[in-house]
Amino acid sequence: MLKKTLAAAVATVAFASAAEARDQIRIVGSSTVYPFSTTVAEQFGKSTSYKTPVIESTGSGGGIKLFCAGVGLGHPDITNSSRRIKASEVETCAKNGVTAITEVKIGYDGIVIANAKTASRFDLSREQVFLALAKQVPVDGKLVANPYKTWKQIDAKLPDQPIEVLGPPPTSGTRDAFVELVMEEACGKFPEIVALKSDAAAHKTACQSVREDGAFIEAGENDNLIVQKLSGNPKALGIFGYSFLDQNADKLQGSLINGVQPSFEEIASGKYPVSRPLFFYVKKAHVGQIPGMREFVAEFASEKSWGPDGYLADKGLIPMPTAERKAMAEQATSMADLKM
Amino acid sequence: MIDERTARRLARRHAAERRFKLYGMASVAVALAFLVALLVTIVGKGYTAFAQTGIAVEVSFDAGPVKEGDFAGLVKSALAARFPEVTARNDKRELFGLISSGADRVLRDMVQDDPGLIGQRRVVTLLASDDVDMVFKGHVTAESGRLTARQAEWLASLRQTGAVSLGFNTTFFTAGDSREPELAGVGGAVVGSLFAMVVTLCLAFPLGVSTAVYLEEFAPKNRWTELIEVNINNLAAVPSIVFGLLGLALFLNFLNMPRSAPLVGGLVLTLMSLPVIIIASRAALKAVPPSIREAARGLGASRLQVVTHHVLPLAMPGILTGTIIATAHAIGETAPLLMIGMVAFIVDIPAGFLDPATVLPVQVYLWADSPERAFVERTSAAIMILLAFLAVMNLLAIVLRKKFERRW
Repeated sequence: MLKKTLAAAVATVAFASAAEARDQIRIVGSSTVYPFSTTVAEQFGKSTSYKTPVIESTGSGGGIKLFCAGVGLGHPDITNSSRRIKASEVETCAKNGVTAITEVKIGYDGIVIANAKTASRFDLSREQVFLALAKQVPVDGKLVANPYKTWKQIDAKLPDQPIEVLGPPPTSGTRDAFVELVMEEACGKFPEIVALKSDAAAHKTACQSVREDGAFIEAGENDNLIVQKLSGNPKALGIFGYSFLDQNADKLQGSLINGVQPSFEEIASGKYPVSRPLFFYVKKAHVGQIPGMREFVAEFASEKSWGPDGYLADKGLIPMPTAERKAMAEQATSMADLKM
Repeated sequence: MIDERTARRLARRHAAERRFKLYGMASVAVALAFLVALLVTIVGKGYTAFAQTGIAVEVSFDAGPVKEGDFAGLVKSALAARFPEVTARNDKRELFGLISSGADRVLRDMVQDDPGLIGQRRVVTLLASDDVDMVFKGHVTAESGRLTARQAEWLASLRQTGAVSLGFNTTFFTAGDSREPELAGVGGAVVGSLFAMVVTLCLAFPLGVSTAVYLEEFAPKNRWTELIEVNINNLAAVPSIVFGLLGLALFLNFLNMPRSAPLVGGLVLTLMSLPVIIIASRAALKAVPPSIREAARGLGASRLQVVTHHVLPLAMPGILTGTIIATAHAIGETAPLLMIGMVAFIVDIPAGFLDPATVLPVQVYLWADSPERAFVERTSAAIMILLAFLAVMNLLAIVLRKKFERRW
């Protein structure tokens, strides 16, 4: 009897909620885009009569998976991503009926290599970073397990202190971007690795593998943790997102990469080499079904949010150049279809 | 008269006992030291979050902007009046950066409470921005923080006139989440935690106790009940994320319940705490001496009467303790809630069991991951609230045990 009543109660609740129309935008996705997306959502909730969207921090991959699971009130309307959606993911989407998607690039995120202010500032090239962190490096024409223990061994101009770099684990989008923008870029400069090109797998391993002998320390997904460890250990370098450097400028300094320092201006102008685009994707089938979708996208794609003087710049988002911003705003408001 | 060998052995045995006591005291001391270190770091980092910097400026409540609802405009003109030398548009933007973007709410509330204010001038303490807050509390110096040189100068001039002060941070207790640290609060998370806990208690307690009573008092001892027992013990050790996956499959995908709802969160936490409650309740039931049951049976009570009149009341203290500790454990969980969408940015305070909500430990996790400096102290403060929550629950468990305790 008790069980029957319970089952009935659960069923009633379930049906009641399924029948109830959703009046709130649901967003999932990248933890890197989360601080920006939430800021826009909060502004949107405050300045319009729509409810503040609910934003889950699930990671880029997890977000796209949820986003692509189907069309309907039970599925999210927008997903944030710190990388571009993959062709395979678009296929999964299409299989589940999510065919019309609008892509919006919101700006850039700089990835910095920083250390404590009490130590001297590093001036590194991408090749030096590769030599310090790759699992295998070219020595005398051959690939060998990374022999470098101190920075001075790589280049006489660098300080004579042990290589100790704290960075994100492989599950993190920041790590993917770091590998793509620093390691892979640099490994094209070594003839020994370029020679491997015929063997795609070996080439990939040589370019993407990070050393595991203790010089590179996986410090977890939490960038604040790296910041804390760096301020306590002046010998270590850390890899994390620009907004954390911006907020902790009293304790940390960003290393120069190829002679350019990671400042807002230098990243925005594209001179600083390690920055990646950030995106969000809109499910077009939900536009018109969920109130406020069009308005939310318009708020995100407005100058007062993603412009150089907008409130997102204050949160550490690096704006796109003016022309790109204009084109992107056009694409966002007209809900153009995603082209791979 | 003890011979020498006996005396030596006795001395050794006494020494062993003293050593054992010493080891015991040492381990207690180590545990205490860890606890104290935890509390000191959390309280030391977090206590400043209970105060919030405010900047007092004279606001003139002009009828025009008030009618239009442009309270942000009032804030801006008040600041502009305080620093008349600032005229360029960019400089003004910098100046307005001293004040929180949510400062206009205070003015709106003031006018709503007392419409007579319109047309008058009042000195109002406005909420300072998080960057100013961090400088004023001394967490960063004015030069090294995010304030520009001019902002630091203006702040210094405001401080000279005594306009900058610390006040109690009520926002922290009443508001939901926000990306602006000075506007963020644990209110939404506390309410979400309460909702989830109510669901958990209302379902897990009756289900767990009736299961335990049936298994302990009524069920025949055979292979089936043994299998059930083994399974319950196993379930108690299953990692909590598995319950989250179960919740996602069962409640969200199959029963179509809404994502992020405290009802679903409570259901998942019920699944998680049920095995613990069953095990604790069975232990409490077992501890009731069989003589009580036999006496009741001897006086002609039915088996149900034996249980409801005698065994259950006597076992209640143990059952309640087990339940409360299991629930306390459940409200500290984040992992199972990730799967059902409760790890989310939610500004509005939930008003019901189906509204999107988050819970206290999730709020701690989200803030710990935020770049803004001002969230560091708020993270610790939220941990303090969570610890207070748990302490109250454990205290409740002790009080209930003392109240219902019987001795034989």
